Amino acid sequence: MLADIEAMRRQALQELTAAADSLELENIRLKYLGRKGELTRILRGMGSLPPEERPRIGQAANRAREEIEAALEAARQRLREREKEERLQKEKIDVTLPGRRRLRGHLHPLNQVLKEIKTIFLGMGFAVAEGPEVETDYYNFEALNLPKEHPARDMQDSFYITEDILLRTHTSPVQIRVMQAMLPRLPIKIIAPGKVYRRDDDATHSPMFHQVEGLLVDRRVTFGDLKGTLMAFARQMFGPECRVRFRPSYFPFTEPSAEVDISCVMCGGSGCRVCSYTGWLEILGSGMVHPKVLAMAGYDPEKVSGFAFGMGVERVAMLKYGIDDLRLFFENDLRFLKQF
Amino acid sequence: MRVPLSWLQEYVDITLTPEELADKLTLAGIAVEAIERLQPEFKGVVTGLIKEIEPHPHADHLLICRVDVGGRILSLVTGAPNVAVGCKVAVALEGARLPGGVEIRRASFRGVESAGMLCSAQELGLDTSLISPEEREGIILLPPDALPGSDVSQVLGLHETILELELTPNRADCLGIINVAREVAALTGAYLRLPSVEVTESEMRAADLAEIEIEATDLCGRYVARIVGGVRIGPSPAWIQARLRAAGMRPINNIVDVTNYVMLELNQPLHAFDYDLLQQHRIIVRRAAPGEKIVTLDGVERDLDEEMLVIADAGRAVAVAGVMGGLNTEVTSETVNVLIESAHFDGSSIRRTSRRLGLRSEASLRFERGVDIEGAALAADRAAQLMAQLSGGKVARGRLDCYACPRAKTVITLRPERLNELLGTDLTPGTIREYLERLHLKVEGERVLQVTVPSYRGDLTQEIDLVEEVARLYGYDAIPVTLPGSNTADEKETPRRRWEEAGREAAVACGLSEVITYSFINPKVFDWLRLPPDHPWRRVVKLQNPLREEQAVLRPSLLPGLLEVAARNANRKVLPVTIFEIGRVFKPGDAELPEEPLCLSALVLGELPKGWDWPPQVLDFYYLKGIVEEILERLRVGNVRFEPASEYPFLHPGRAAFVLSGDTPLGFLGEIYPDVAAAYDLPARTCVFELDWDLAGQKAEIGATYRPLSRFPAVERDLAVVVDEEIPSVALEEVICAAGGEILSSCRLFDVYRGGQIPPNKKSMAYELVFQHPDRTLTDQEVNARYLAIQETLERKLGAVLRR
Repeated sequence: MLADIEAMRRQALQELTAAADSLELENIRLKYLGRKGELTRILRGMGSLPPEERPRIGQAANRAREEIEAALEAARQRLREREKEERLQKEKIDVTLPGRRRLRGHLHPLNQVLKEIKTIFLGMGFAVAEGPEVETDYYNFEALNLPKEHPARDMQDSFYITEDILLRTHTSPVQIRVMQAMLPRLPIKIIAPGKVYRRDDDATHSPMFHQVEGLLVDRRVTFGDLKGTLMAFARQMFGPECRVRFRPSYFPFTEPSAEVDISCVMCGGSGCRVCSYTGWLEILGSGMVHPKVLAMAGYDPEKVSGFAFGMGVERVAMLKYGIDDLRLFFENDLRFLKQF
Repeated sequence: MRVPLSWLQEYVDITLTPEELADKLTLAGIAVEAIERLQPEFKGVVTGLIKEIEPHPHADHLLICRVDVGGRILSLVTGAPNVAVGCKVAVALEGARLPGGVEIRRASFRGVESAGMLCSAQELGLDTSLISPEEREGIILLPPDALPGSDVSQVLGLHETILELELTPNRADCLGIINVAREVAALTGAYLRLPSVEVTESEMRAADLAEIEIEATDLCGRYVARIVGGVRIGPSPAWIQARLRAAGMRPINNIVDVTNYVMLELNQPLHAFDYDLLQQHRIIVRRAAPGEKIVTLDGVERDLDEEMLVIADAGRAVAVAGVMGGLNTEVTSETVNVLIESAHFDGSSIRRTSRRLGLRSEASLRFERGVDIEGAALAADRAAQLMAQLSGGKVARGRLDCYACPRAKTVITLRPERLNELLGTDLTPGTIREYLERLHLKVEGERVLQVTVPSYRGDLTQEIDLVEEVARLYGYDAIPVTLPGSNTADEKETPRRRWEEAGREAAVACGLSEVITYSFINPKVFDWLRLPPDHPWRRVVKLQNPLREEQAVLRPSLLPGLLEVAARNANRKVLPVTIFEIGRVFKPGDAELPEEPLCLSALVLGELPKGWDWPPQVLDFYYLKGIVEEILERLRVGNVRFEPASEYPFLHPGRAAFVLSGDTPLGFLGEIYPDVAAAYDLPARTCVFELDWDLAGQKAEIGATYRPLSRFPAVERDLAVVVDEEIPSVALEEVICAAGGEILSSCRLFDVYRGGQIPPNKKSMAYELVFQHPDRTLTDQEVNARYLAIQETLERKLGAVLRR
């Protein structure tokens, strides 16, 4: 009988190894372990054995059962693995097909640059302020030390609404409005981005464009502070290799005044078409707030000082993105806008 | 301002290269915009003196000239009308090269051989705007002092280097080359050579020859005159002509050229009158009479008004003061005696006059910016000196000088510690003094400096001006770099600006692309938008001086800009269009300045194209509505509702809605009216929305507030009802929510169905309802009861029948 059990066990294990699917497995299970299966049949014949042999045979039968059950489980496992693999094989897709996209929105390049400028100055502790786009002559000119008939008014041909009201020609009036609102608190530390308007329309001028104004008024603000602040800005905006140069200039509302040039972003300063072979690009105007402007806003120029600056956002954007035509910004061709 | 280097070098030695000099000037605030190097474009062209002229035997329009080209006489054939015996001409010899690669050879003209060619300015590649009209018609005539045989490129001064200065308004003094030289001297430490001005005077006394009277003393602070008698009018010598041309002015004759030369040299505009044409030899400086007219030197008759200053003689205006002389007293070839005017006029008055007349001149440009009143006498002398020298005239003794209130000296106190405090430097009073003295300022005092400013530096009037002078001479680059020690600002950004940014970000997140359009629009768009005459948008802020009629008014809405952008993109076949703009619109109000509310608007047009396994999506009303909902939800604008709106003239009356927050209307959403779409040539249905973004901001909750999550199971039930077509979705939803009570945690419409078993004019609406209690598990009975209640209320209130 032992030999029968052994033969059955061997047979069963062999069949299990060869089984190709779960149905076959089930048949094998029924064949050997089922109520009418081989094992039962063999055990039924135990009655005819001497009692002293029975435990030995019983043990052998149990071992065979356990072994077959384990092999059955292993075969099931193996089959499940194989079936899964087959399924996965069948489910293969072309991963190079395009994905389903949601429509993507784009921020206008000018506002992206503005955001970057803003982040830099916020990091230096500046606040962001704003003022009206339609201004009075007083805020746009007079309070900035630009009385009527001042020759510097020529530089900014303005759009007038009435004799005394106009579209602001620069963001500088925000300086005055902020100072008046803050008086007598210190420090005043703001940037003021916004639209400005000049009566000019050609390849390099747009009748509407964007500026960012900056103003710091406090005790003991120096020209050195102006240099430090704008150098930090230039390096963060245009990269750590960016060199900065301050050139004396003239604005009625600052003195001493400076134009700020950066080393050309295209050629690094060796000279190219973009920088007209000078190696330098003018990016902003700046200076120490003129004592008359401080006084007109109500601050005592003997006790406080400050610096101010103004830059063209279009100019910065053109340099940053290599855009060569100003008009693209306001044409709003989606093929342009989607590049940013 | 164009500064020829050879001219500058007459006053100051320059050892730097032009580039180095340009850099130095630029870094001191006298920006050199460009360095222009003149280069003759020809070779082998020499000065010739015409000895004889005879007609061509076989051609009427040709002449044969015998020309001395320095030691030999050539026979040259020309067709130029402006040749005469004694003229100096430019002769291109055999083998000469002219611009454009032309090489000159011997040639025969109708049987007469020509050994070369008489050249016109154009043939030499010269700027024809700088030569006389006669020379433009014929050949160029060279200055009388040019030597036969000399190289024409030398005679014309074509080996010059010119600095083009871009002057800031405060440095108008550098419109005189002498003051540029002063600046160069201060920057390089070189010695300054002022021109020596010595006038040899005749016996005749100027005071006996003319009389000057300033009536308008407020507009004319000084009037200096010199009289030069017995002049011979002719062309100027080569050096003056070359310098004037290099500086960008056209030589005219030896008298006018001197006035221009001295103006460029000393920055004092001058005028020369034909003395004999001045009635009673009187000069009266007065305002123009009403209706008075004058023909200016350019031949144009000008209407004057009482605010304009004129120079008059006993009978009439003879010049528009400081702008342009009159034709009636012009210096011509007949002129024998000359009166030189060197005056000082009020800048604002000159500016107004020149604007009103639309006439700008080198003189008016200088007066507008301010000239040195003290320098008027020197300039008159310098002109008299040169005129006598060049024209053989005699200068009458003495100047006529009306100068009632001589200018007070400018003395400024400069505190060195104040200077250091502003610049962040540590300069000693001695160093500061040295810098100021390099600029020829007189400095007194030790701790506090008393600085006397020369009259030609009218821009220096207060302490801060001197601070700047020291800073720029010390060098901006040398000033130490520091960072401000100031505290940071209290607030990062105004709430309004933050809100604007939030709107921008939300719109981008919804797949819209931002556009920026002009704030000024075409007033005609109001007709294209079908606005009735009394529509509030028609009350606009108008520009007095727009660039063009299409940009004449400030926008009351962002819609016109978006429509234009959509049209432009569609026209270029760039579709679909999904755009938004956030910006200010302008509304006249009661205050002095118009209101500038912020608007957020968007436009969608076209469809998202079909993909390899997904269908196309039309960008319709509901697409855009979804965006409005998402933006407002993201930004926590509470209680957003949509109500049908049929009163927008530019929207489809059946596809337009008010957007509200509670009872506050925020704006509109809708499909563009067909005629409007046609006016803009839009290729498909277009949907837009516009929200008053300031108002939306007021309705927004500040930040998120956490609500606890229910830990108890939710029960989902679907409910489909059939209702009348007319009943809006929102009505059903309101009933469901009210009847559902607090255990109804959400209600979502998932299907709208018409046709099939649904009767006509009815629709089936299917909702997914979720019931959940915050504190306990709901029983089946509870949910069933509420479900039934919802169903019954729908039936009772809206006639909605449960669909089976």
